[in-house]
Amino acid sequence: MLTLAHFLTLGALLFCLSVTGIFLNRKNVIILLMCIELMLLAVNMNFVAFSRFLGNLDGQVFVFFILTVAAAEAAIGLAILVVLFRNRQTINVTELDDLKG
Amino acid sequence: MPIYEIVFYAFSLVMLGAAVMVITVRNPVYAALSLVLTFFSAAAIWILLEVEFLAIILVLVYVGAVMVLFLFVVMMLDINLAPLKEGFMRYLPAGIVVAVLMAAELLMVLWSRASLDETAFPIPAPNPETYNNTKEVGLWLYTNYLLAFEVAGVVLLVAIIAAVALTLRQRSGGHRQNPSLQVRVQRDERVRLVKMKPEPRQGG
Repeated sequence: MLTLAHFLTLGALLFCLSVTGIFLNRKNVIILLMCIELMLLAVNMNFVAFSRFLGNLDGQVFVFFILTVAAAEAAIGLAILVVLFRNRQTINVTELDDLKG
Repeated sequence: MPIYEIVFYAFSLVMLGAAVMVITVRNPVYAALSLVLTFFSAAAIWILLEVEFLAIILVLVYVGAVMVLFLFVVMMLDINLAPLKEGFMRYLPAGIVVAVLMAAELLMVLWSRASLDETAFPIPAPNPETYNNTKEVGLWLYTNYLLAFEVAGVVLLVAIIAAVALTLRQRSGGHRQNPSLQVRVQRDERVRLVKMKPEPRQGG
């Protein structure tokens, strides 16, 4: 018997993994972006599970919009990354301290 | 129906394992490929939940477009990987502690009470064969969420323009045509009429 809690558990575990990823890879911007995508996937998993178990389509429409915004975010984030690498020849977060006073 | 559970647990294990790969592998290319596997398993679980439209969209848009974009950027940039992995072992204990704490809290919320079991949220019956998930989502999207749908289109347009504007680079020193200037050119800028007196022919 797969209850709602099973699917929410899956989303929760995925979210914890992505938080750990942000801790572990705090120097690599690319992996940080991937961890954000993983977080969004975990949230989407919860939305989909609730939508199915409540018999309500609003959750699926929300997932649709989250996917849209995540695609836009990935496109702009990677564009910023390319410009950053072009100017600094590095994507190491610890070297990006120009704004430090 | 045990096959349902077997499929769920198999794809969940693949998904979580691939997620662990994403956050631990050294090479970003392998991380991106593991993320593809994660999304693919998630799409399978969504199919299991009878959310077919979003599962297909996840594969098409995420695996087909976003992850290819990631791979493209990862392979285009010549990254020195050695300094990027420096703090990995140092932050590993803190990361694991935070993850275990968060997971424990979330699981306690999810499992300690009976608020999420099948009496509160009964297992939904399988949809009839005539049910069309894409049609239902489309009807919902184009009626109740029409304004949000159009705003989402604007968001994508802004993303396109921003990405192009950010990465567009004008190289100096190159010879290039400027069509705008070519079209706007006037006769005076190209032709110069010189008035001169006719000169008598010299000799023969």
